[in-house]
Amino acid sequence: MTINVGATVNGKEVSAEVEARTLLVQYLRDHLGLTGTHVGCDTSQCGACVVHVDGQAIKSCTILAVQCEGANMVTIEGLADGDTLHPMQEAFRDNHGLQCGFCTPGMVMAAVDLVTRYPRPSEELVREQLEGNLCRCTGYHNIVKSVVAGAEAMAS
Amino acid sequence: MKPPVFDYAFVEHLDEVVELLAADGGEARLLAGGQSLIAMLNMRLIQPTLVVDISRLPDHDFITLKEGVVEIGCTVTQSDLQLWPGLAESLPLLKRALPWVGHRQTRNKGTVCGSIAHADPSAELPLCLAALNGEAVLYSSRGERVLAAHELQVGTLETACEPDEMIRALRFPRAVPGVGYGFGEVAYRHGDFAIVAIAVLASTEGVRIAVGGVSEKPEICEWPLMEDRFLNDALNDLAWKLGTTEDQHATAYYRRSLIRKLGRRVVGEALACVG
Repeated sequence: MTINVGATVNGKEVSAEVEARTLLVQYLRDHLGLTGTHVGCDTSQCGACVVHVDGQAIKSCTILAVQCEGANMVTIEGLADGDTLHPMQEAFRDNHGLQCGFCTPGMVMAAVDLVTRYPRPSEELVREQLEGNLCRCTGYHNIVKSVVAGAEAMAS
Repeated sequence: MKPPVFDYAFVEHLDEVVELLAADGGEARLLAGGQSLIAMLNMRLIQPTLVVDISRLPDHDFITLKEGVVEIGCTVTQSDLQLWPGLAESLPLLKRALPWVGHRQTRNKGTVCGSIAHADPSAELPLCLAALNGEAVLYSSRGERVLAAHELQVGTLETACEPDEMIRALRFPRAVPGVGYGFGEVAYRHGDFAIVAIAVLASTEGVRIAVGGVSEKPEICEWPLMEDRFLNDALNDLAWKLGTTEDQHATAYYRRSLIRKLGRRVVGEALACVG
C-alpha cells in the first residue's frame, strides 16, 4: 500500500509516494535526501532523530510519514541561514559540543525547542530537558555548555 | 525497513473506527500518537494487518471538567494534559507523574488514552488511573460501556477491551480537599520505564498506595492512618508481598528495598500535602 505524503519541509513544499510503514525519518533521509537527521535506536530512546513538526519537537523514528501529511517541518538542514549557522549550531562549534557528531542533529533540534520554551535555561534545566537525547561519546558537559551559550545567543 | 507491511486507514469519524476494528477480526491496531505502537512495530513485536490512524479524529481532543471527574478524549497528548491550566488543581497526582512519562519529544505525540490502552505494567499513567480509581469509556458498534481501572487492565500489555472496542475517553477523579497526592519513581534513566513507581493518596482517614513495576498490573493497597513507626512495618509487609519479580533490570531484593524506601518518601510527600 503506497500513499502520497505532502508536507512543508524547511520552507519548501515536498511530496513523495511512500509505503504506509515508512517512518518519518526514512521519508526525510531516503525520499527527500535530507540525511542530516540520524537514526540511532528506532525505539525513541536516543533522540538522534529529533525534528520539529508543527512547532513541536518529536522523534522521527517513532512516527509514520503518513501521520505528518500536510505538516510544517523543520530539520537540522533548515536551521542555518545560507552560510550563516544558527546561533545554537554556532554555540556547539564554539564550545566543542560534539565529538563524533552522531547525536548532534538531535541535540541541536532538541536544544532549539527547549530554548523556545525556556529562553534563559539554567544548566540544571538543560540537563533535565535533554534527558531524551543520548550521547554515546558521553560529551554531555560541553553539550550543556553549548546549549546555555546558544540560548544566550538566541536571546540577544 | 523496520516495521512490517500493513495497510493504513486515516479516519475522521468514530463509527468508521469501530467498523474497521470489527471488520478486521482483531488484527487491526489503533494509532493515536504511536509512541508505544511504532516502537513495537519497529521491533516487529506485533504485525497488524491494518493500522487505523485516529490521531486527528475530530471532537476528541477534549479535557473536560465534569462533576467529580476530568474527562480526557482519545486524541489528547500527554503534553496537552501537562499544559492544561487546570492540571495542578484538578489532577495534582498527574501533575507529579507526567514529567516521568517518556521524554518531552515522546509526550508531544503520545496520548493519555494510548498509554492506558497499551497497559504496560511499569507505565506511570495506568498506575495513576488505578490509584485514583478512574474509569475508561469504551466504544464499539454495540455502544458504550464504562470500566473501572482495575477491570480494564488485566495483565501485561493486556486490557479487557474487546478487539472491536476502543478507549474513547478516560475519567480521572478530581482532587478532593483534604487528600494529599504523591508520586515517585526509580528508573535507570529518567523517562525509562520504572523499576518501581509509587502513587499515593493520603488523608487523615488513611493511605491508598499504588505500586507499579512489580507485577503484571498496578497493585493497590489501603491502610487506615497509622503511627509513623507502623508505616515502616506496613511497607515492609507490602514489599514482601509484591517485591518478588526478578529480571535483568533489578533483583527482587532491590525491588523490595525500593518499595520500602520510595514508599516511605512518597507517603510522606502525600501526607505533607493534606490540606
